[in-house]
Amino acid sequence: MRVELHNICKRFGSVQANDDVSLIVEAGSIHGLLGENGAGKSTLVKILSGFMTREQGSLQLEGHEVNIKTPADAMQRGIGMLHQDPLDFPPLSVLDNFMVGQPGGLFTHRREVIRKFRQLAVQFNFALDIRQPVGDLTVGERQQVEILRLLSLGVKTLILDEPTTGISASQKDALFAAARLLASQGKSVIFVSHKLEDVDELCDRVTVMRQGRVVGNLPIPAPDAQLIELIFGEELAPPAKNSTCQEGVALALENITIRSDRLNIQVNHLTVQQGEVIGLAGLEGSGQQLLLQLCAGLLQSSTGCLQIKGIDLTRQPYQTYLNTGVGYSPADRLREGLVNGLSIHEHVALKTSSQGWFVDWKGTLKQAQTAISLFNIRGKPDTKVERLSGGNQQRTQLALLPVPLNLLLMEHPTRGLDIGSTLWVWQQLLARCEGGTTILFTSSDLDEIMQYSDRVIVFSGGELSEPIDAKKLTVERLGQMIGGKLHYDSPVMAKRSTKHPAKR
Amino acid sequence: MISKISISRFNVYQVGSLVIALAFIAGVILMVGGSPLAVVTSMGAGAFGTTDQFARVVATLAPLLLCASGLLFTFTAGLYNLGIEGQIVLGGIAAMIPIRLFQEILPAPLVIAMAITAGALGGMLWGLLAGILKVYGRIDEIFAGVGLNFMADGLALYLIFGPWKKPGVASMSGTEQFSEAIWLPTFGKTEASPVALVIALSLLLLTFIVLRGTYFGLKLKAVGHSLRASYILGIPALSQLLSAFALCGAFAGIAGSLQVLAVFHRLIPSISSNLGYLALLIAMLSGSQAWLLLPIAFFFSALNIGSLQLPLSLDLESSLSGVIQGTLVLFALLGRGFSELNKSDLNKTVNH
Repeated sequence: MRVELHNICKRFGSVQANDDVSLIVEAGSIHGLLGENGAGKSTLVKILSGFMTREQGSLQLEGHEVNIKTPADAMQRGIGMLHQDPLDFPPLSVLDNFMVGQPGGLFTHRREVIRKFRQLAVQFNFALDIRQPVGDLTVGERQQVEILRLLSLGVKTLILDEPTTGISASQKDALFAAARLLASQGKSVIFVSHKLEDVDELCDRVTVMRQGRVVGNLPIPAPDAQLIELIFGEELAPPAKNSTCQEGVALALENITIRSDRLNIQVNHLTVQQGEVIGLAGLEGSGQQLLLQLCAGLLQSSTGCLQIKGIDLTRQPYQTYLNTGVGYSPADRLREGLVNGLSIHEHVALKTSSQGWFVDWKGTLKQAQTAISLFNIRGKPDTKVERLSGGNQQRTQLALLPVPLNLLLMEHPTRGLDIGSTLWVWQQLLARCEGGTTILFTSSDLDEIMQYSDRVIVFSGGELSEPIDAKKLTVERLGQMIGGKLHYDSPVMAKRSTKHPAKR
Repeated sequence: MISKISISRFNVYQVGSLVIALAFIAGVILMVGGSPLAVVTSMGAGAFGTTDQFARVVATLAPLLLCASGLLFTFTAGLYNLGIEGQIVLGGIAAMIPIRLFQEILPAPLVIAMAITAGALGGMLWGLLAGILKVYGRIDEIFAGVGLNFMADGLALYLIFGPWKKPGVASMSGTEQFSEAIWLPTFGKTEASPVALVIALSLLLLTFIVLRGTYFGLKLKAVGHSLRASYILGIPALSQLLSAFALCGAFAGIAGSLQVLAVFHRLIPSISSNLGYLALLIAMLSGSQAWLLLPIAFFFSALNIGSLQLPLSLDLESSLSGVIQGTLVLFALLGRGFSELNKSDLNKTVNH
């Protein structure tokens, strides 16, 4: 089905998520939608599939103007979306999930549905057991169930939102084969991704988005360099920081494995010096957060060992990490970093809890006032943290970090802060580095990574690169690595990218 | 400035909800053919008319205060301890053990002290069980509590009809009364015991101090607001949860033991008399403010006793007091909910 979106606009608060976006997808084609996190890809496809409403612009299917307001509207017109996180019913069986949303009267026709399911599964070469609860399946298999369900409902345009994160290579091959089969049947596929490799391999055409706008529309194959420039835009700031590295190893990881629902992370060997700043780059959810939580003691490695300042902390409880001088500052300030419902004063008081039974409310009030003036927090001691602005929550979080610290782990230290506050936060952080604190931080702002890191580790889909000296990084190399080519200059990877010569 | 505004808004909603609740109650009374004014005077007379009636109000106050104080710990930790009824029953059962063993041998004051301690331990055990099911078994504390309530009732019935049955024939009226020496002293010939009242008031004071002035109370509050954030900030969140259950259980257990020692002088099948559920309403209505517990508990206790007069004087069901209590709590919670809702709306507009 031919899909046209014209001049779509959508705003969330002060963020223009889609700014006059137009996209045309031909029937029988696979169309890539490429861009960084927050570029507006997901918003656009959610508008097309009825999960969000547009503020301006129009939709045309097969040349006819349509108005899609709900997911049911979209399904009725043949648009189905496979969500990044499976939107299914984990406790129900594969068959029940498949039957959800099927048209019909009061009673279900199980036998007929089973026949239909098997027929579709064979066609796409998916091996699925209809009785298994969906919650027991891998993400890749859950995608397969969802694709079959959407197809049985008569989908003519299939949207795949970041479908290749967290699935195995063979599942990816099966998924791509299915997408090609659908295109050959005259259906259209919209493939939302941030992975150059996948877009290269699968798509016929690609539209690149950046900061809510369409910045390019080209046929595939297209030169990587050109795509990267489109995705990341202008030149990056050069590294500006003088090294704060000191003698002595602060953090040593050996043969670490972290398992989570979507990603498995393997770190063979990593040592970080005292006072060093390591930036963890990559699209969100590529595994940076898992590494930080491992170093914080909130996740455990199933193998290997972890040392902080020479002390073996492998499989030690979280409290031991805290006692060893490890600080963790999460990105989700109101759910993890601060206690929603407590005031600044109460937070400061909590920090003094090793001092006997009774809280010294007067003394801690003075401490809270000192922290507020020292960290420029716009709030009063009795202000509840959820009433502070994002920047002031971040300042509060910084004010609560213990002194001294050996290792500081920060997620998005300056997200949502203005330029002045950002500079101020980094002044504080670098002053700590001078004092010997090691910092590992994640950021989706590449400029920030380049500016403040001594070395950079790039994450992509759970894989991580060797640490690279920030001074040796170029925007092109960083962009390529984030896009999935972690070892792009090594011969091993060169072989892999020629694996599908048919498409090239 | 902002906090001033929010306080007055909060009050507007609280007072507003009270007015609506009273109107609703009046409506209900009119519907069943009564006169609201007559009901008020009749209940007042029923609660405060004679010293005997007033003494019964005081007698009910002690266990209510104990349970509501205990529940403040679990509410502060963000838990709905519906198992409080079972914890009262276990307190009553546990109190019977030293009484049965030592009432002939040891001096009475010592036996009484042992019975109250045993009651506290029994209630604590039952509370901890609910906590363990919640923390390690991932069973919602509401279901764990209700399940344990049934088990506690079953255990009491088994004891009354089995090992502890009256000589001769077992009956629903409970075990045999124990010797009068071990009864808690009361005001005159009434049910009200000064000892029970003193224990309840001192534990209320303790609750107030712990929640307001100690690190334990502050940490409990943090855990109640966000388990995850508290854990990351280094608070041993799980042991805090378990302590809240244990404390609440112990308070309820003491209430159970006092019911045995001061009111019934034996173990009966429904020793808790639904006081635990009533205490839940009181704790909810107080909004976790310990100092509010005393007036609210007193008021509810008076409602309970006063309503017993209704069938005699006005030919109305005494269960009207339940309707009044429930209505008050529901509307108070609604009022609180609305004031929160509008506060967050206000925030949104301020931020943009």
